[in-house]
Amino acid sequence: MEQGLLPWPPLQRALCAGEEKRVGTRTVVVGHRPVSETDAYVAQKFCDNRIVSSKYTLWNFLPKNLFEQFRRIANFYFLIIFLVQVIVDTPTSPVTSGLPLFFVITVTAIKQGYEDWLRHRADNEVNKSNVFIVENAKQVQKESEKIKVGDIVEVKADETFPCDLIFLASSSVDGTCYVTTASLDGESNFKTHYAVRDTTVLCTDEAIDALTATIECEQPQPDLYKSLGPENLLLKGATLKNTKKIYGVAVYTGMETKMALNYQGKSQKRSAVEKSINAFLIVYLCILLSKATVCTTLKYVWQSNPFNDEPWYNEKTKKERETFKVLRMFTDFLSFMVLFNFIIPVSMYVTVEMQKFLGSFFISWDKEMYDEEIKEGALVNTSDLNEELGQVEYVFTDKTGTLTENSMEFIECCIDGHKYKDCISEVDGFSQTDGPLKYYGKSREELFLRALCLCHTVQIKEADQVDGLIGHPEHRYTYISSSPDEIALVKGAEKYGFTFLGLENNFMKIRNQKNEMETYQLLHVLNFDPVRRRMSVIVRTTTGKLLLFCKGADSSIFPRVQQEEIQQTKVHVDRNAMDGYRTLCVAFKELTQKEYDKIDRQLNEAKMALQDREEKMAKVFEDTEADMHLIGATAVEDRLQEQSAETIEALHAAGMKVWVLTGDKMETAKSTCYACRLFQTSTELLELTAKTVGESERKEDRLHELLMEYHKKSWTLSQEYGLIIDGSTLSLILNPSQDSSSSNYKNIFLQICLKCTAVLCCRMAPLQKAQIVRMVKNTKGSPITLSIGDGANDVSMILEAHVGIGIKGKEGRQASRNSDYAVPKFKHLRKLLLAHGHLYYVRIAHLVQYFFYKNLCFILPQFLYQFFCGFSQQPLYDAAYLTMYNICFTSLPILAYSLLEQHINIDTLTADPQLYMKVSDNAMLQWKPFLYWTFLGAFEGLVFFFGVYFLFQNSSLEDNGKVFGNWTFGTIVFTVLVFTVTLKLALDTRFWTWMNHFVIWGSLAFYVFFSFFWGGVIWPFLKQQRMYFVFAHMLTSVSTWLAIILLIFISLFPEILLIVLKNIKEKSHQGHGASTAGVGSPGWLPAGWHGCRICPGQRWLLPCQPCPGPAAWYWQDQCPPGLTLSQETMG
Amino acid sequence: TEQAPAPPGDTGRPPDRMTQRLLEGTPPDHQTVLEMGFWSWGVVTLQNECPGNTLAYSSISFFYSPTVNDCPFFPLQIDYTGTEPSSPCNKCLNVSWDSSPPCTCTINFTLEHSFESNVFMYYGLSNFYQNHRRYVKSRDDSQLNGDNASLLNPSKECEPYRTNEDKPIAPCGAIANSMFNDTLELYRIDNDTRTPITLIKKGIAWWTDKNVKFRNPTGDGNLTALFQGTTKPVNWPKPVYMLDSEPDNNGFINEDFIVWMRTAALPTFRKLYRLIERKNNLQPTLQAGKYSLDIAYNYPVHSFDGRKRMILSTISWMGGKNPFLGIAYITVGSICFFLGVVLLIIHHKYGNRNTSADIPN
Repeated sequence: MEQGLLPWPPLQRALCAGEEKRVGTRTVVVGHRPVSETDAYVAQKFCDNRIVSSKYTLWNFLPKNLFEQFRRIANFYFLIIFLVQVIVDTPTSPVTSGLPLFFVITVTAIKQGYEDWLRHRADNEVNKSNVFIVENAKQVQKESEKIKVGDIVEVKADETFPCDLIFLASSSVDGTCYVTTASLDGESNFKTHYAVRDTTVLCTDEAIDALTATIECEQPQPDLYKSLGPENLLLKGATLKNTKKIYGVAVYTGMETKMALNYQGKSQKRSAVEKSINAFLIVYLCILLSKATVCTTLKYVWQSNPFNDEPWYNEKTKKERETFKVLRMFTDFLSFMVLFNFIIPVSMYVTVEMQKFLGSFFISWDKEMYDEEIKEGALVNTSDLNEELGQVEYVFTDKTGTLTENSMEFIECCIDGHKYKDCISEVDGFSQTDGPLKYYGKSREELFLRALCLCHTVQIKEADQVDGLIGHPEHRYTYISSSPDEIALVKGAEKYGFTFLGLENNFMKIRNQKNEMETYQLLHVLNFDPVRRRMSVIVRTTTGKLLLFCKGADSSIFPRVQQEEIQQTKVHVDRNAMDGYRTLCVAFKELTQKEYDKIDRQLNEAKMALQDREEKMAKVFEDTEADMHLIGATAVEDRLQEQSAETIEALHAAGMKVWVLTGDKMETAKSTCYACRLFQTSTELLELTAKTVGESERKEDRLHELLMEYHKKSWTLSQEYGLIIDGSTLSLILNPSQDSSSSNYKNIFLQICLKCTAVLCCRMAPLQKAQIVRMVKNTKGSPITLSIGDGANDVSMILEAHVGIGIKGKEGRQASRNSDYAVPKFKHLRKLLLAHGHLYYVRIAHLVQYFFYKNLCFILPQFLYQFFCGFSQQPLYDAAYLTMYNICFTSLPILAYSLLEQHINIDTLTADPQLYMKVSDNAMLQWKPFLYWTFLGAFEGLVFFFGVYFLFQNSSLEDNGKVFGNWTFGTIVFTVLVFTVTLKLALDTRFWTWMNHFVIWGSLAFYVFFSFFWGGVIWPFLKQQRMYFVFAHMLTSVSTWLAIILLIFISLFPEILLIVLKNIKEKSHQGHGASTAGVGSPGWLPAGWHGCRICPGQRWLLPCQPCPGPAAWYWQDQCPPGLTLSQETMG
Repeated sequence: TEQAPAPPGDTGRPPDRMTQRLLEGTPPDHQTVLEMGFWSWGVVTLQNECPGNTLAYSSISFFYSPTVNDCPFFPLQIDYTGTEPSSPCNKCLNVSWDSSPPCTCTINFTLEHSFESNVFMYYGLSNFYQNHRRYVKSRDDSQLNGDNASLLNPSKECEPYRTNEDKPIAPCGAIANSMFNDTLELYRIDNDTRTPITLIKKGIAWWTDKNVKFRNPTGDGNLTALFQGTTKPVNWPKPVYMLDSEPDNNGFINEDFIVWMRTAALPTFRKLYRLIERKNNLQPTLQAGKYSLDIAYNYPVHSFDGRKRMILSTISWMGGKNPFLGIAYITVGSICFFLGVVLLIIHHKYGNRNTSADIPN
């Protein structure tokens, strides 16, 4: 975790009585008792404390849900079609389009209703919980939703705050309380809050009831990342700990609490596939319109001949004759629209939604993504983005906790330039030093260890009270801190004999090496913040000495210590950083009582300051932490997560660009990047950091020079480039001081970034991370971005990127809760993207194309039929077929396909990242494949229609000379159609499960069964019995059988031919050597090769342990024939 | 396959052209021309060809050889519309529905080959849009199913043929109203004696239509009584209960009526009219020789540029003869065979190489 930014910082400024009223503030009257009689008390209206996350109520569900559903353009379109059918005399009954629409709307409404019901339940749980309110010096039990602004609420230990409260008084004398925000952001360490000073003493019901005050505070604001405010605002959702009870006055209630305001902010992400669908939809809409126009025009051309318009055998009704011609033409146009409207597949949306919803289960069910340690698998928060996982071009990853384990381990320390490494839990643990013990050695060591024990904000909790943080099984207690580094340091000190025993009444207890107790009075904690990058404590020893201990990043400590002490330590620090350790420097100074008094006064002044509090505090800190003495430095290792290097390599090989965004220091981050092979030894690094740019006045100019230099340099394709940039430089580029030519440099910077295969951004603030993501997201071609992180500081970039992935890490659940998908480990990203993402993309792309295809060849015969029925809008198929085609006969096979298909085996996909590039850039939904499918659909439509047309040139198709009518014609076409589109899917299916067999053959069987059934009964409520025995009669004719088989075969012939050709091509390709298909699939490696690995992206053989001998030798000697790679491709 | 000898008096025509000729008067080009309802895309004419010349045709005859041993391969068609001034039916060209007595005409023709098996007699209409939407829906199936309520109150779909003079029409609708009502009779001319050929009028409709879908109204009394309160369709000369003398072929279950009510798929269509059964094994059903077709010309088609034909055809187990399936199967088969050979060669050429490098994909 990059240290301590509170994700839920209280930012409101609560002011006690007396300030003048300002616009944009609210006045809260404590306990509803006006301050004075004279003061005209205007009751402000505040919302009640009801949390409403649900969208609907029982009453408005139907209209509101319908309204929202019909706002979708497709649904609206079908509604219009339906209405046209109801109003105008159209060829098909309103049922044909009404039923599918009803089906789609119902399914969606049920899904949304269910989700809303769950929300209602969760809301009720919160709203109906009991709280105690102090009224007239008595406690009154109320439901949480009844709390009003101004009520004094009593909260007991381990209860959750029911709304945002101003902390008035606590049961503890000093007016503090401890709060954990675990349910908000997952940080389970205790934060201390302070009661308003004037009311601290009012710690009984009676006393608090006597309080008369008003509070002036800001109107509710959702801003999450505003800097810290006073520590007397208690947030709804946080839990009171270790304090018997507190009194607070409600200032923000219900939907105005911070929690509620922030949960609304999450916007919906839409996938790129949906955009393609919409584009195709427009094409098909154009086809539909032009078809209707052509038919209408031709109809009137044809009808210009009177005996065509109204022959004696087919007279018009009176009404028809009397209608105006223009109106008639318009209704005709609408009728044609209705007739052909099936070309836009109504059921596609519902199928896509079902596919996404059901498909997302496969991610959460994946056993390979199950982590034994946390006993959890992947989590899917949104199913809308499954296919987006297959389209990722940029991966932004956090470092700590994502690439690394975030389980810190104290590795070594250096005291006065001497390295102390790894003593194995011996009490007298300095035996393994590599430096001689100086004369004051012992005391310096002890000072250093005491510093480690004292300078932190770690708390001790009994093991069973803690929800799963770094446990210490042999002890009864566990260390808790928002920063794992601090725990590592405290534990490190413990290894050397100095055990921190906890904080009691501001006295820190330490057991030293000699098993003696030492107590120190904790006077002040100068908290960590990311700007200062250090923290300090001021303690008083039992002997009355005043000590200040400070620890922090080297860059923030070195300028504040004696310069002559730095040199030796710096060597160690740099070496440690190169090794990838996180380093911290420790310094101290002794204070005289006079100095301390001054500091104490300043600090208290600053704390009480009403304006510019932060600045004043910073100023005091700055002054205090000066002229210190450096004691030493620590090195803490954050181990790389298993396989994170392999994962990064695979992502690279799959054509993705990986950017590491970290708050860590550059050296540490850089070495991590080398360790996880983001940078190769051959990678040329371009640096834009404080180091290269310098700290001078001219740094902006210097930066611009550097940018131009990098921009103009000769980029070669074979060389890999990496860029390193730090936060301050980045903000120089993104927010330059003078706005001259700034956007220009921003562009140059972006171009440089895009050319690099790997980018490392260090010292990033959370918002800067999001800024970077947004910058890349908005470049030309709008590449798909993915952010992965584990901490609260990654939330902004997770929300910003197209796909946000959270790691279920040690830093709480904030990231995974805000993410779209959450996985236990970084390595799972590989399978998530390369296998799941690829497959989901292929599935949904195929689904979409198939839907358009099957509806094109469904409707094209109907269109062609118009040329033979006098453009009279006579439907070719029976209404039942029109209705059932999309929802019954052909829906399940494609749904099963789009859920189960693995055109390439999952293991191959995971093993060979290059396959990922095959679907990059939305490859399967470009115009070319779309045209292919469209032509295929058109071809098949032509075959269906004209095949049957020529068949019907026959005098009779039955052996008894009897003739077929128009409904048989349509039924033959329809039968061929259903069989062809289903078998086409069977041809496409590469991965057969019993489910595929069941739905494909089951659908066909169902079609046959349904047709018999539909034609086998005289339906009592139908006006027409046109399908009576049509299907059965059709099947008695041998010619029809022959024709159906022939037409199915002809329709599928191009597809079969393509498959055969593809097979031959692949085989001949393999025969010719130079295989790309074989690289990366480890199956063909000879027996002795199990220890070696082929790196598919770079196409070289990496000699991983234990790989005997140089890789090239094995490659050439033992590779199977036909698979030798030439020397230069071996990298 | 055997080829038909050229008919006398037309020696100029190629000998392989099958000739179903009118005996006198009509120009040859119009006799056998089948015009398909392809008005918008030009006229495709398919002439009656006797197979035997091209590869395709010989393949077809090979394909059909188990069932068909001889020409005529195609059915015999006689166009009796009478648009040409020289046609015997020209005088009837502008008949109207209510002309009585009906205009009659006779067309003589020669059968070059005998029909060996059962012969099916069709009438064919061209440019008649039985599949027009307004037409298709203009019927009341529950009325035709014998529902008494619908009999007296037909469906609105039947408009404007629903009522006449405030009486419900039975059967209502445009389809019923425009029922084909020419009478065709066939005579064999043997030494100037005309022997009528027995035409069977039952067994031409679908069994399910005749027995389930179409039913006369239920009740006591004869058909006339049952149809009390209804009126005949406007264009019909007589009511529905007088369509036939036999009671099981009268009313709604009259087979000619049922056949007509099954609307055709395309504007050029045929409907089964009569059956000619083979009497015994010694004689063919229709011997080669001269025949005459007597037509009671009632059905006007000239007003909408339509044509009328009489077709005689035999039928195999596959139904009537149609080159389409044969050609299609042969073509597809040859393409597949050809491609198969090509691919086999490719496979042989490249396939052997990769037996050693067995790469799983």
